[in-house]
Amino acid sequence: MTDTQTDVVNDEDIVDTPEQAASVAKAKSAKVEIIGGPPAGASTLVARDACAWFGDRLVLEGVDLTMPKGKVTALIGPSGCGKSTFLRLLNRMHELIPGAALDGEILLDGEDIYATGTRAQQIRMRIGMVFQKPNPFPAMSIQENVLAGLKLARLKCDDKDMLVEQSLIRAGLWKEVRDRLDSPGGALSGGQQQRLCIARSLAVHPNVLLMDEPCSALDPTSTRRVEETIDELRDIVTVVIVTHNMQQAQRVSDFCAFFLAEENKPGFVVEHGETDFIFSTPKDSRTLDYVQGRFG
Amino acid sequence: MFGSLLFAGSKCSLSASDPSEALSARSRFVPIDGALSLVSGTLVEEHPTGGAAEPASTVRVKRIVTEVPSAVDRRFNFITMGAGISVLVLLLLVGLFLLIQSSDALGQTGIFTFLTRTEWRTDVQPARIGVLGLLTGTVLVALVAVAIAIPFSVFCALAITEYSTAKRRKWLVGVVDLLAAVPSLLFGLWGFLYLSDKIVPISRWLSQNFGFIPLFKTQSDASLTGSIFIAGIVVALMVLPIITSVVREVFSQTPPGEKEAALALGGTRWGMIRTVVFPFGKGGIIGGSMLGLGRALGETIAVALLLPQVPQKIGESIHILQNGGATVSGFIANRAGADSFTTSGLLAAGLVLFIITLGTNMIASVVVSKSRSGAGVDI
Repeated sequence: MTDTQTDVVNDEDIVDTPEQAASVAKAKSAKVEIIGGPPAGASTLVARDACAWFGDRLVLEGVDLTMPKGKVTALIGPSGCGKSTFLRLLNRMHELIPGAALDGEILLDGEDIYATGTRAQQIRMRIGMVFQKPNPFPAMSIQENVLAGLKLARLKCDDKDMLVEQSLIRAGLWKEVRDRLDSPGGALSGGQQQRLCIARSLAVHPNVLLMDEPCSALDPTSTRRVEETIDELRDIVTVVIVTHNMQQAQRVSDFCAFFLAEENKPGFVVEHGETDFIFSTPKDSRTLDYVQGRFG
Repeated sequence: MFGSLLFAGSKCSLSASDPSEALSARSRFVPIDGALSLVSGTLVEEHPTGGAAEPASTVRVKRIVTEVPSAVDRRFNFITMGAGISVLVLLLLVGLFLLIQSSDALGQTGIFTFLTRTEWRTDVQPARIGVLGLLTGTVLVALVAVAIAIPFSVFCALAITEYSTAKRRKWLVGVVDLLAAVPSLLFGLWGFLYLSDKIVPISRWLSQNFGFIPLFKTQSDASLTGSIFIAGIVVALMVLPIITSVVREVFSQTPPGEKEAALALGGTRWGMIRTVVFPFGKGGIIGGSMLGLGRALGETIAVALLLPQVPQKIGESIHILQNGGATVSGFIANRAGADSFTTSGLLAAGLVLFIITLGTNMIASVVVSKSRSGAGVDI
């Protein structure tokens, strides 16, 4: 993979021809149906008394958190406090780690995703995930990458070209790659790869999108592009983002949850609420210390 | 294997070049650029001289940094280099021995005739010997073996890397390695005394249903034991551990990020394997299979026991499902200790096998190391 390559052109610097502009406008509003895919629209995600173990070690205890529909919720807190573990609990990626266990409930529109008889694949299709390190499938072309979710979840779509265009527009990558949809996804720059991963997740029309420090491996320009993307996604999908960057949490999120783990104790949520409130007048002094950069 | 050893040795020799060379490098440079780049291998073009600050007439002399190794390093380098080179020397000696010993038979028969003649008769004067009949059998047995072993190996490797808990993984790896430790004679005996009869119905079914394929045709009165097909199955058991271990190694190198990506998109484990693990491990599967092919080509005792060792012609009379066939190594094992001319002929056949297996193994290691997945895998 070539991580060294930088974005030579930025999406917004590219001027569309009238035909291209018309095509983008059309794709933006187009309704692409995915047969067998998740129900339409964003979903509310609720964690009730969520706990997580790795082997015998309890790493997360008693998390009650509501991630409202169509909003961006940021999970903040120092390293090792269980944010990523909590995020992975939300779409059943936690159970892939040997020895992992959990307690409590995660409700997706009121239904427990860990209920007996519920398949992890069904849940992961509805709750997409973007990882810290961009991970496109390097051997696949850009187009194939975007459509990989359909193939993996065995979904059908009547207009694949439209879906590719729409997903890439939503991820803010379309203009940069529309002329080379057949070139390999691994040849893009780091920031482009991450946006390709976002497009790939969006293509299955998930109800929730989880992002695990999506910008920590990116340069400032790419970070800004991804943040703009998150901002535009608000109407389509519920976003839950883990970030170590306080400014980023402030910029992109509507709600914020502060996680903390005291020494040799499991992580927990100190407080949560609207982002403005958490960053200005939190109830807990530890929250204030953290958001003002006094520790962590 | 020895390729990498040798390479390590030659690398050492570069850095261990005589300290005096470092001193003389400065003075040696000036006239010819090319000569020096050859010595160090690291030099690039001279920096273009002349800028605003310096006059254009300044002749820049590059300083070459050369490591001066300590006595301990030099001695150790000597030993490792010696070990590396001795492997190559041994290989050359074996090749040379085969060449000299076979020159009698090759000279009398002619290399081209030897390579293209099917029959092997030492009872007529002059003797009519050729390696083609043996070679056909060898390649067919090896191909049958690898064709059977590949799917088993790949699924076995998947079972180990993707579908097992840590405990079961250890256990499975142990069992597969154990298979590699069984002497090939035992495989041969087992195949001869037990398996042969059990395979006959399968052979019959294959010939009845796929008889339209020339290779699967059988003559109506032919015995179905002692066939290339059965020998191939037994040899498959022997190459299975090799292919499995290479493929397993390659699969386990699959980037975890890509695997998680596939699962997070709603893929099943099998879907993840098809989208991520197989494309990643393609080079390893091909290389591992070729390595298995190399082993299968040289397999001796089991094949000597199982096949009648009568060289066959390509075309009409070759039927992998019925009694018949010979392989180079099996044939040599059966005829060893004959008169000097026959021995020379056998060694000539051995030389041909030597070259073919060497070539196969080399291509295999190149394929594995060139692939994205095999970069970190030694075979």
